Amino acid sequence: MPNETRTPSRQFGISRESLTPWLRRLAFYLVLLALWEGVARAGFWPEYLFPGPFTVLETLIRGLRKGTFVTATLVSLRRLAIGYGISLVLGLTLGLLIGRIKALNETLGSLVLGLQALPSVCWLPLAILWFGLSERAIIFVVVLGALFSIILGVEAGVKNTPPLYLKAAHTLGAHGIAIYTQVVLPAALPAILSGLKQGWSFAWRSLMAGELLYFTLSLGNLLQTGRDLNDAAQVMAVMVMIIIVGVSLDQSIFAPLERRVRERWGLG
Amino acid sequence: MTERMVGEVQITRAGITIQSEPPPGGIPLRIAGIHKTFVSRGRTVEALHPVDLDVHAGEFICLLGPSGCGKSTLLSIIAGLDSASGGTVWANGCEVRGPGTDRVLLFQEAALFPWLDVQRNVEFGLRQAGIGAKERAEIAQRFINLVHLTGFERSYTHQLSGGMRQRVALARALALDPAVLLMDEPFGALDALTRDRLQIELETIWAATRKTILFVTHNVREAIALGDRVLVFAPRPGRIIREFRINLPRPRRLEDHALVDQAATILKVLHESDDTAGGVNAQ
Repeated sequence: MPNETRTPSRQFGISRESLTPWLRRLAFYLVLLALWEGVARAGFWPEYLFPGPFTVLETLIRGLRKGTFVTATLVSLRRLAIGYGISLVLGLTLGLLIGRIKALNETLGSLVLGLQALPSVCWLPLAILWFGLSERAIIFVVVLGALFSIILGVEAGVKNTPPLYLKAAHTLGAHGIAIYTQVVLPAALPAILSGLKQGWSFAWRSLMAGELLYFTLSLGNLLQTGRDLNDAAQVMAVMVMIIIVGVSLDQSIFAPLERRVRERWGLG
Repeated sequence: MTERMVGEVQITRAGITIQSEPPPGGIPLRIAGIHKTFVSRGRTVEALHPVDLDVHAGEFICLLGPSGCGKSTLLSIIAGLDSASGGTVWANGCEVRGPGTDRVLLFQEAALFPWLDVQRNVEFGLRQAGIGAKERAEIAQRFINLVHLTGFERSYTHQLSGGMRQRVALARALALDPAVLLMDEPFGALDALTRDRLQIELETIWAATRKTILFVTHNVREAIALGDRVLVFAPRPGRIIREFRINLPRPRRLEDHALVDQAATILKVLHESDDTAGGVNAQ
């Protein structure tokens, strides 16, 4: 019987050590909010330019109650989902091809690398010329925002597939498409995931930038209306909203995925 | 005495009892003029000088020599993973033209897939062969039991020790019921105790299944403990310089005097052949 057993040790429950960072964090934010409120009350600037945290919170709650913030968030999330979905399909396919086919790597690969250097908002003027101020233009920008990061992530992962895995797969009788679906892609998953994560954050940024120019209700558009109405409280409340949506997407989708992959692959 | 099933055969620690029909066993290999050269920085390097070798069905051959003497290259060519610069390999009379599951290669690093648990790793080859999920699971379970890893079906590679990983790799290869096992220093990275135990288990499995085994090692005593024949390699260019037939009774014990004497003889040959024999381990 094998005596060489290793079981992953995990700690459950809240210990003193795990509580301290949270307390420290809480204290930090309380001080920050107090400072903010203090500066706002000192009256260096009029309230419509520099509202305190309570005013912003009030605006946020009012916005949520009225439903405008909720609708705006849903509109933005819908665009993000469509755009990101398209770049996911394109990115996985192109990344796989560029990673495995040398001729494509030398040609298309260099183009992707070059385009990655271009902030995706720079596509917006062109998108508006081509599609008008339409849904398609903004989704176009979101797709381009995420696409290159995803391609590069997949490509890096695929190119760095350990040759040993491929040899093992071959000697065990794997061939053709199964090599890709059962060995190359899973082996590349950690790198692919970091590409997907970077892609999503770029998509989210491009979406917000693009929506600033739009007249239909959306998160980015709410920022712009706040500016038009000289209402800094609304601008800040929408910013808080954007942070909340961004952080919760990251925490609910990418963080657990990453944790699982790291655990499974034994990376962390 | 523990009893375990290998295919139709029941093995005990002491020996083998044939239950029903005899196992299919190994196939003969014929290696004719296999050589390998490659170009490195404009220089032609001869990795493997032409090798001729006949391996009988069910024979246990150990390839012994220091690093870089072409043993692994030869194994890789027989597995069909690497192409030779010339020469032919025949497996059971058929010319080898690529990888095939009649010849499975095992690696020093075990090469388990970290995204699959133990059972899925063992099932990998069966899945490629198009065997249904239920049958796959049954076969996998049988071989997981055979390598004493019952209870670790759901574990992942990084949760296993080096010895356990090699057991999984062995189960994964055996599940395909290959006629030839090509083992490239599979126990090279293990501690002495684990290695001894795995040697005994491998010998037991071989005795029960009579597969043809080519086993690469740079450990002289390991080679003598396991092999029917020990082929001594020398580097630059990689070639076979001597062949020893080991007629010691099995199961062999590493501390047996006859085995130690035999090891001394072979070590001497290795030292005489080349000053690089320092890479060979007398342990």
